[in-house]
Amino acid sequence: MKLEVQSLCKSFGDQAVLRDIQISLEKVHTLALIGPSGGGKSTLLRVIAGLERPDRGRVVLDDEEIIFRERELHEHRKTVGTVFQSFNLFPHLSALSNITLPLEKVHAHSKVEARRIAEEILVRFQLMEHATKQPAQLSGGQRQRIAIARAISIRPKLLLFDEPTSALDPEMTAEVLEVIEELREEGRDFVLVTHQMGFAKRVADQVALLSGGKIVEYGPPAQILDNPQSETGRQFLAKILKY
Amino acid sequence: MAALEKTLRSVRRLFWRSTDELRAPLPIAVVAINWFLAFLLLSLLCVYSFSRIQYTWNWDSVTNYSNMFWNGWFTTVEISAVSLLFSTVIGLIAAMARRSGFLVLRALSRIYVETIRGTPLLVQISFGFYVVGTAFHVENRFLVGVTLLSFFSGAYISEIIRGGIESIGASQLESARAIGLTKFQTYYYVIFPQAIRVILPGLAGMFASLIKDSSLLSIIAIGEFTYNAQQVAGLTYSQFEVYVPMAIGYLVLTLPISLWTQSLERRTKFET
Repeated sequence: MKLEVQSLCKSFGDQAVLRDIQISLEKVHTLALIGPSGGGKSTLLRVIAGLERPDRGRVVLDDEEIIFRERELHEHRKTVGTVFQSFNLFPHLSALSNITLPLEKVHAHSKVEARRIAEEILVRFQLMEHATKQPAQLSGGQRQRIAIARAISIRPKLLLFDEPTSALDPEMTAEVLEVIEELREEGRDFVLVTHQMGFAKRVADQVALLSGGKIVEYGPPAQILDNPQSETGRQFLAKILKY
Repeated sequence: MAALEKTLRSVRRLFWRSTDELRAPLPIAVVAINWFLAFLLLSLLCVYSFSRIQYTWNWDSVTNYSNMFWNGWFTTVEISAVSLLFSTVIGLIAAMARRSGFLVLRALSRIYVETIRGTPLLVQISFGFYVVGTAFHVENRFLVGVTLLSFFSGAYISEIIRGGIESIGASQLESARAIGLTKFQTYYYVIFPQAIRVILPGLAGMFASLIKDSSLLSIIAIGEFTYNAQQVAGLTYSQFEVYVPMAIGYLVLTLPISLWTQSLERRTKFET
């Protein structure tokens, strides 16, 4: 993907969450957003996902500018797959129906076709035996994998993960990260907000460190994570690596 | 001694169960015995009360006028059925208006709900029929009755529906938005299927009330169940004989609603 963010600003009330974000990346498959809580990572991801309207600035994705008007945003959201930290799935629908719902109702696939696509992905993720279960009957890791399955089923041009493993215990975290890594190997493009530095290092081509609503620095993971240039970067990494 | 203790315990088990055990269905015999006892208790209370006032029943007054009861009962069924439908539609519209981005609609919905809930139905019926009805030359009492009753119940139903909609978490709306559902689709596929569990019990109570509240239409001389029963009572001077079929007539209508919603609740159940 090609991602261009210019002078992006966003405030909630009198609290500025994004202050003049600038990024310019070409031919990047995986962008990891890291940084302290409240630094603006999730908000930036949500702007790219078309879920949040910035106060100012431009986002250009693969040479197409995102128009921040509801009608255009709605179309944009159909072309990306977003996975949140938790509560992605609809509790009244089975795992299978959770995947077929957007395929049928948003992307106009026939019932049969939607089912075929969903089952194909479930088989691939080894979740077929859970197809008829409702989310409450699944583990946290299974739920996130179903959410990822739903996100990729629509063949998005970009996947967006907002701390997909933050609500999971280590074992489940591993099963979810494995799926994400597999998608990475397939060459899918995604942006990932994460606290898992080791994982960021493994999958990301580019890492951006956000703090105080600004991009403190960005570049290849080896540079940002092993040899940060900024004081904020050094402090942040020292803090998380301590424990 | 041990045998006695054992018997005592099994007798006790007929009437008492812990909360944990109550989650599973009880043996039919246990249910039957306890229901029977409850009925027996209430019947005794009735028999005792009537024996104290030494009332002589005169059932002829009821049987002679059975046609009036039947006519009235069918009118009540008609009024209730039509009002039930309309009040749900009105309630749904008012609930959506309350959530609208157009502020005049919000205000209108709020005024509607607060006025209807804050004033007696009796006043609404007289005002609606004698003032509004007359002003617009609506003389069909059935139509006026159904309209008034629908708007009355609609106000309560709109609050029940709104409560149900608002019980759905923001994360659900966010997920729906993220996968690209439209507003309408979000309501249809995500909000309502989940909200229905919260809405149904309240709605059932409201429907039962609506059927009983239709009796107030007797003040504008609509020949429904209560009006006709009162006519019979006036003609035959027999209050109690008239009230018994009246009670049964309304119960026959409200009880199925209550049972129906219970089964619906079970069917729409899912874990969260």
